[in-house]
Amino acid sequence: MPAAGVVLLVAVVLIVLALVYYLVATIVALRQIVAGLDRTIAGVGEIIEKTAPVAPVVSTINEHLDAAVDALEGLLVKKAGMEDAVGLVDGLYPGAAAAGFRNYPESREVAAPRISEVYTRGTLTLARLGREAPIAVVSPTGGPVLRDVTGGSLAARALYPEARQTRPEKLSRSPVIGTDSPVQYEPSAEPGVRRRMPTTEGTPRADTGAV
Amino acid sequence: MTLWWIGNVILLAVVLPVVVYLLRGVLAEARSIVPTVDGIAAVAAAGSKDLDAVPLLLTTQDQVIRTVEAVAHYGGSLDVIIDDHER
Repeated sequence: MPAAGVVLLVAVVLIVLALVYYLVATIVALRQIVAGLDRTIAGVGEIIEKTAPVAPVVSTINEHLDAAVDALEGLLVKKAGMEDAVGLVDGLYPGAAAAGFRNYPESREVAAPRISEVYTRGTLTLARLGREAPIAVVSPTGGPVLRDVTGGSLAARALYPEARQTRPEKLSRSPVIGTDSPVQYEPSAEPGVRRRMPTTEGTPRADTGAV
Repeated sequence: MTLWWIGNVILLAVVLPVVVYLLRGVLAEARSIVPTVDGIAAVAAAGSKDLDAVPLLLTTQDQVIRTVEAVAHYGGSLDVIIDDHER
């Protein structure tokens, strides 16, 4: 065999060896990739399986929360009126008046009374629970503050039913106690048992002894 | 004979280096994918593990329903005991 043939043979063998080495190494790498993708697919499958019930559950939760929001908004507006309701919400969550109520688009146009500038949250709660406490009606945005700083404690009276602070004479008086009180009570022989009904001054009694 | 030698030289000096270069490139790219795929697999496994708490959503759903029912009861009571706003 001539020398050129030997050299050709060596060259071909070298090329084949290079092909074998690199192709086998590539095959090994591809097998590793396949194994990794198998693990990935398994993990993604678990994720899909675990997240399958999320959508209906979250939808149910949202439906219930939406219903609660609708009901509470409706109740607040029904009881407090649109203007006071906006003022109350804005007092508890400053800036919320701009967003308004979800089911009342017109609430965005309401000028929120500055209720929070006058009363604390506890007072706001009492005010809304009271029947005759339109504390915000008189003080729209930009108006004068309702609270009288020199007589602030008296202003709280307006939060309670009117009979308490304007017509005290119609309320029953507190009982007078003492030896000269109009109603005399005898000490009981045992707890919870009264010897006889108390008598008022001037009422004829069989027993006129002093108590 | 001269052409044969020229062919041998081309084979050894050009073809063999080109073949080796191309195969090395393919191998390098294939090997670079392996750690990426392993990382994705690890992230998928971790994500799946993080979702183990998803069944708790059922408890959350039940709690929300109960809470809304309680709110509805309170709201109904308030609707009865508090006067409506005077228009």
